[in-house]
Amino acid sequence: MAQQIIFYILAVIISVFSIMAVTSKRLIRSATYLLFVLLGTAGLYLLLGYHYLFAVQVAVYAGGIMVLYIFAILLTQKPGEKITPEPLRQRVLAIVLSLVGIVFCGYIIFSNITKVYTLVTQSELNTKHIGMTLMGTEKFQYLLPFEVISILLLACIVGAIMIARKRS
Amino acid sequence: MFQNYSQPLEFTNLTSWLDAALRENLPEFWAVFIELVLVGVVLLAAYAVLAMILIYVERKITAFFQARIGPNRVGKYGIFQTVADVLKILIKEIIHVNKVDKFLFYAAPFFMIVASVLTFGAIPFGKSLHAVDFNIGVFYVTAVSSLGIIGVLLAGWSSNNKYSMIGAMRSGAQFVSYELSAGFALMTMVVLSGTMQFSEMIESQAYCWNIFNGHISSLVAFVIYLISGHAETNRGPFDLPEAESELTAGYHTEYSGLQFGFFYLAEYLNMFIIASIAATVFLGGWMPLQISGWDGFNQLMWYIPSYIWFFGKVGFLIFLSLWVRWSFPRLRIDQLLNLEWKYLLPINLVNILVMVILVLTGLTLTDLF
Repeated sequence: MAQQIIFYILAVIISVFSIMAVTSKRLIRSATYLLFVLLGTAGLYLLLGYHYLFAVQVAVYAGGIMVLYIFAILLTQKPGEKITPEPLRQRVLAIVLSLVGIVFCGYIIFSNITKVYTLVTQSELNTKHIGMTLMGTEKFQYLLPFEVISILLLACIVGAIMIARKRS
Repeated sequence: MFQNYSQPLEFTNLTSWLDAALRENLPEFWAVFIELVLVGVVLLAAYAVLAMILIYVERKITAFFQARIGPNRVGKYGIFQTVADVLKILIKEIIHVNKVDKFLFYAAPFFMIVASVLTFGAIPFGKSLHAVDFNIGVFYVTAVSSLGIIGVLLAGWSSNNKYSMIGAMRSGAQFVSYELSAGFALMTMVVLSGTMQFSEMIESQAYCWNIFNGHISSLVAFVIYLISGHAETNRGPFDLPEAESELTAGYHTEYSGLQFGFFYLAEYLNMFIIASIAATVFLGGWMPLQISGWDGFNQLMWYIPSYIWFFGKVGFLIFLSLWVRWSFPRLRIDQLLNLEWKYLLPINLVNILVMVILVLTGLTLTDLF
């Protein structure tokens, strides 16, 4: 009962702020609304009892990425001014593309929801288990994907340095 | 093991009696609900009262460092000075600034205070006086405390004031950098205790506090944590986000009344939170000083209740932080970032490795003796 009430509150927060993040005409406000969406998602993880993912969500998205976003936005020309709307043709294109995205994601979620539901454990996952799974090489363990993602990050860092360095 | 010692002054009896009474007379749901509300109210009350005490203590100690008398007009030795200050700040007008982004301007202080209160809930104040005890305690603390900086950035930007903006940018750069060091220092201790849960961490320090247990490595991590915690709270030699002579008051220049109060409160409580996390992780939290085998001595130590131990350790660390604050001149921004990225971070990374080797080869004190 209480869980459902909290879930609905979180769902309303997430959906309202997602829409506001997209429709807001000021860049910095969009970023703030996006932050609320991310915090709401963290709340959902907390509701599931998955504390580790909750902390990761808050630390990485809210504390890390959003701070960088806000920093980057503050360094742009005029972060508080209203953005002029795009021409109609582009807006229609954007709507069509996002609808395609919704259908695609919706289909994947809908066809997998029954499988995912059985994977949710009721007891709290301990950190040791997560660490073992992340760093193991056996079946259902994730060392290889983990390393592949680190290579992606490395590529990002090298790219950032390439862009930022002074050309003599 | 230590349940055998008599502990006459603990809160355990009171809390378990309250719990039993509620569960007897009310249905499960309402009992839990009332307990949650009670815990929340107690935490918020403790938050406010601690802030008042801290402000008084800080002003008095600062005065002694500077060979002044400090507050001495309101009440004996000025002990009611902060009460008067709080009353004043509560009834002060909140000044509305023209041409600011209203929503962000009014939302910013809440980020600070919410982040601070969330962290505050995870502190173990004493035996059974512990509200949020997640499996990932240490990680939870680092995660939610990082929310505060968003408040600072938004406050600085939305004030529509260049001083605020510069202050916020400095604060942001400083916090993001030093958060890394603080996190790594805590991770070193997680390696040593083998758990992230605060309650388990304290239990494991029953006979040997972590700072002794990991000797060299622990000491290095402890010093690094104190430095970076100090920098995270924008205090002491690292207070350049609000350097008065250059930036008036940094990111909270435009705030007044209770909104300024929120920033002020969060700053003081963050100092307390850093000190209490350090006390919990390095100095055994509420655990009394015990020596394995010396039963009489241990019993004597247990007569002092756990919350006194906790506040004693925290008080010592806060005194240390004030000492540093009034002893060193302010750093420049480049010196500040150099200190973090060129010294603390490499030392920290090596330190984690040393700690892993110590634990794996069994060279910690509890393993040796």
